[in-house]
Amino acid sequence: MRCRKCPKQAVLGMPRHNTAFCGPCLTEFVRTQVQRAIKSQTMFAPEDRILVAVSGGKDSLTLWEILLKLGYRADALYVDLGIAGYSERSHEKVNRFAHDVAESCGSKLIVHTVENDAGAGIKELANLVKRPTCSTCGTIKRYQFNRVAWENKYDVMATGHNLDDEAARLLGNVLQWQEEYLQKQSPTLPASVEGFSKKVKPLYRMTEREIAAYAVVNRIDYLVEECPMAKGAKMLVYKDALNRLEMESPGTKQRFYWGFLEKQKKAAAVSSNMTMANIDQTTLLPCETCGQPTTAGTCSFCRMMARAKSPIR
Amino acid sequence: MKVHLSHPTRDVELQGPKRVADIFKELQLIPEAFLVIRGRDLMTEDEVVADGDSIEVRPVISGG
Repeated sequence: MRCRKCPKQAVLGMPRHNTAFCGPCLTEFVRTQVQRAIKSQTMFAPEDRILVAVSGGKDSLTLWEILLKLGYRADALYVDLGIAGYSERSHEKVNRFAHDVAESCGSKLIVHTVENDAGAGIKELANLVKRPTCSTCGTIKRYQFNRVAWENKYDVMATGHNLDDEAARLLGNVLQWQEEYLQKQSPTLPASVEGFSKKVKPLYRMTEREIAAYAVVNRIDYLVEECPMAKGAKMLVYKDALNRLEMESPGTKQRFYWGFLEKQKKAAAVSSNMTMANIDQTTLLPCETCGQPTTAGTCSFCRMMARAKSPIR
Repeated sequence: MKVHLSHPTRDVELQGPKRVADIFKELQLIPEAFLVIRGRDLMTEDEVVADGDSIEVRPVISGG
């Protein structure tokens, strides 16, 4: 298979675009797609300070690398979840990337250790509050990510969510008809109220396979192993179903998610009440304990921490 | 050829030479969910893996 842009041997076929690229052309293609995402979704400007959530996996380290290569001011936050073995290995990958790549760009890594804050790792904490580990993890990560971005005055926080993540999440939300979650499935979520940082997903145009290929081509040393807590996760089932459809009809994932975004945009143009900013402004108030925005009196993070520290559960 | 797989980590022996696309079929894997790497280089589905080669079939799907 030859590269469609130059005479070299291709390293990746991309059936959804009916094309194939060699390493350098793949790198250029991916960076162009990320730049297009940033501009078309008004994610951030060259002078903005960005906080990237990194886990040591391919998506987040690739996102950090691309933003730095494109000349953006991107620092990163790593949340150490305290999962025996896995957290040590993921932390090591992030530290190495920060040292080998990010530091020379003047970029820094911030680390938040769950155990220092909560007195226990994520698994023990989930057991204490009697909630699934992935849901406990999600609450903690979202909270800490927003807190660090807000306290350190970052203009925007960026996550490595890709096309597969967003299409699978959309499929899950549609299957359950969770309309309130559909409203939050935009690649850019505004800093709608005091205490909420703007959130963006610059990799939403790229599939997991394209991002992993970019990481291999550009020698990004990421953690291949899956989080042990994710075993049996519904998201994996949805992704598998979508990949089977993708094999039969290339471009399915893109048409599904991008088509949804088009419909969302049209709906927002008809009714300004439909925007996330409007919804947030009418439903969110500061948490009575920490001050972060919440729909309840006390936010889910503070309720969870209170429950974890309470002698009676 | 030696094929290294993850989730769970294991090595399997396959008869070569074989095209990458046929390796996916034999292992009943969906190509959209994997990359094939020989040494440090990616392989496309039409490339042939020789009998004495070692390759990694790396999953690209994560649960997040």
